[in-house]
Amino acid sequence: MLQVGLQHFLIVSSILFALGIYGIVTRKNAIMVLMGIELMLNSANINFVAFARYGNFGLHGQIYALFVIILAAAEAAIALAIVLNLYKTFAKINVDEVNNLKE
Amino acid sequence: MSDATLVFISLVILFLPLAGFTIVIHLGKKFPKLYLFEVGLQLVVLLLTIVVAVVKLATPESVIISEFHWFSLGDVPLVGNMVVDLGIKIDNITVLMMIVVNLISFLVHLFSVEYMKGDKRYTRYFAYLGIFTFSMLGIVLTHNLLMMYIFWELVGLSSYLLIGFWFEKDSAADAGKKAFLVNRVGDIGMFLGILILFTQYHTFTFDTIYAQIAAGNLPFESTAWLTAAGILIFMGAVGKSAQFPLHVWLPDAMEGPTPVSALIHAATMVAAGVYLSVRIFAMLTADAMLVIAIFGAFTSFVAATIALTQNDIKKVLAYSTVSQLGYMVMSVGIGAYAFAFFHLVTHAFFKACLFLGSGSVINSMHHEQDIRNMGGLRKKMPITYLAFLISTLAISGIPLTSGFLSKDGLLAGSIAFGSLTGHWLIPIIGFTVAAMTAFYMFRLVIITFHGKPRNQDKYDHAHESPRVMTLPLIILSALSIFIWYTPNPIAAADGWFLQDWVKTPASVVPQEVRFDFMKTDAAHETNAEEPGNEIVHSEMYTEAMHHAHYPAMFLSLALGGLGILFAFMLYQWKKIDPDKLAEKLKPLYKFSLNKWYVDELYHATVIAGTLAWSGLLSWFDGNVIDGIVNGTATVTRFFSRISNWFDTFVVDGIVNLSALISGFVGLTLRRLQTGKVQSYILFVVFSVLIIVLIFQPF
Repeated sequence: MLQVGLQHFLIVSSILFALGIYGIVTRKNAIMVLMGIELMLNSANINFVAFARYGNFGLHGQIYALFVIILAAAEAAIALAIVLNLYKTFAKINVDEVNNLKE
Repeated sequence: MSDATLVFISLVILFLPLAGFTIVIHLGKKFPKLYLFEVGLQLVVLLLTIVVAVVKLATPESVIISEFHWFSLGDVPLVGNMVVDLGIKIDNITVLMMIVVNLISFLVHLFSVEYMKGDKRYTRYFAYLGIFTFSMLGIVLTHNLLMMYIFWELVGLSSYLLIGFWFEKDSAADAGKKAFLVNRVGDIGMFLGILILFTQYHTFTFDTIYAQIAAGNLPFESTAWLTAAGILIFMGAVGKSAQFPLHVWLPDAMEGPTPVSALIHAATMVAAGVYLSVRIFAMLTADAMLVIAIFGAFTSFVAATIALTQNDIKKVLAYSTVSQLGYMVMSVGIGAYAFAFFHLVTHAFFKACLFLGSGSVINSMHHEQDIRNMGGLRKKMPITYLAFLISTLAISGIPLTSGFLSKDGLLAGSIAFGSLTGHWLIPIIGFTVAAMTAFYMFRLVIITFHGKPRNQDKYDHAHESPRVMTLPLIILSALSIFIWYTPNPIAAADGWFLQDWVKTPASVVPQEVRFDFMKTDAAHETNAEEPGNEIVHSEMYTEAMHHAHYPAMFLSLALGGLGILFAFMLYQWKKIDPDKLAEKLKPLYKFSLNKWYVDELYHATVIAGTLAWSGLLSWFDGNVIDGIVNGTATVTRFFSRISNWFDTFVVDGIVNLSALISGFVGLTLRRLQTGKVQSYILFVVFSVLIIVLIFQPF
């Protein structure tokens, strides 16, 4: 019987993190980029919880994970509002095409 | 009137014409009526002059000198103490000359009002007359050689301006240049003469210099230098008074307006040379005087022969002026000082009258100057004719005229000179010229005023000139009558002019270089030191002149009458055909008509020489100087080419290389700066990974 240990959690979280980065870097759609960010935040959450469980830290990890979830929710709300406005203004939400602020 | 007042009025007289010039030349364009101001100013000057003259001549013995230090150079090494004084000297000949200058100047102003009417530079003309009068008065009033020289040049300048007044005509512009340049030749001599005197005496003042000479202080301790100084200063007179060989400018100067010829080239400026000779009379040695006498006699002869054949009314008068000036200069040279000045004054009046008369004729004939187109004008222009005739009688030396008195006196002087020194050629020339003068002047009168009109068209349009022009003629011809100078119509010596006013000054040169007849008598030697006491001429000269008086008078009358008779035979009664006579004497006639070929001679020698010399200089300039300059330029260009190469390839190379490197680096690094956030994130991720791999925290 395979003992589930700290490494497994860390592996899952690094896979999630890599996927998140991959999503951010390769997708042009702003919503897909946001989803990538969510993935990365969640991989961090997994790390927090896993270290809290296997380390001698008390409940600090779980509480930080809760903060991150709240932060992610707020971030998603604001980011989606910006994306909506982007769509209203430019009729597109591809991040590399929306570059008018450069000028 | 005190001396100071007299000096003050004289200075006012001197500077008023300058003020007139300054005002009229600057404002003349805006206010064309200013010419009236200039004429009025000249009238004021004339009246003031008469006041000064009356006051001064009442005390003929007095000499008023007023001077001040102009500047002092202190103790100059090798020269000594140098103080330059300016000042004026008022004696009898000064005031007489001032009257001559200002009276004729005023009459010419008046005459010009009508004569120059319609000229486009009318007011400027009057301004020029003003500066001329100023400069001439400066010459007359000065008591030193420096001021004399300064005003001498100013007179030259105003003469230049007035001769070239109609400068649109090339001939007028050339004549002005010629007058200026020819005068310059004489002025160099004058300048050198002044410098000789200044080197020795450190002063320019006449009286101081004479006092030094009288005290036995000679330039470089040698009488030869004194003679040289006298002759050199006289060279100035040769230029200004148009003596041979510098006489060539005066006939050409007739290109100027005719009233100008009357004022400058007949009466006043050309007399300045004689005036200068008169001023330096006291310091002339026997040799210098002989040179002067020969110059004068030769000039009068040359000019008289030329005047015989000229056909331009003004040219005849011009050569007659040269001839009469020769008389005056000769007169200075033979020691007849008083008659030289007397003839200067009488000549000024009758010659001005002749010139203004010719101006009147020229004006009424619509600027026709050739006497071959005139004739019969006597009836059309009676006043002009009469004035012209009186002046002609005066210049021919007919009794009752002023010219008779002065000419007779100086011819008697020449006989006395001949008998005392053996130079008989001078009186012979003098009398020959007297006969020729009478002939050519009557030739002029007869051809112009008598006979039948030769050009009917011009004759019909001729008319007597208006009163502004005839009034000066009347006044001047009246002044050609004897009564103004002496009560005795056949001898001037005991009249007030010569008895009271003009006295020969004492010679100051050492006894051994004087003419025998000018040596001081032993009896008077003792009080010779006191000024005014010295007997000037020994009894010998006075006696010889006295003896010569009647022979001279009869001889000159006979010769003058002969000349007049000959003129009438040729031109009035046509007993002899002048053309046939000219044909018979062809070489002589040609020689005279072509003015002794003096101009041609100058063209062949001086002018051709100057041109050749300037050609040589031009060649030198073109080949040697330009060669050096071009060589320098080539060397410079070679160096600049090297410098250019260095600049292009080395300096620019470095600059371009650094630019290239920067550009290449920029190009390379630009690729990273895509503007896409996602690629930056990629960089961040890889960077973090690399950092982690390097530092291996685990």
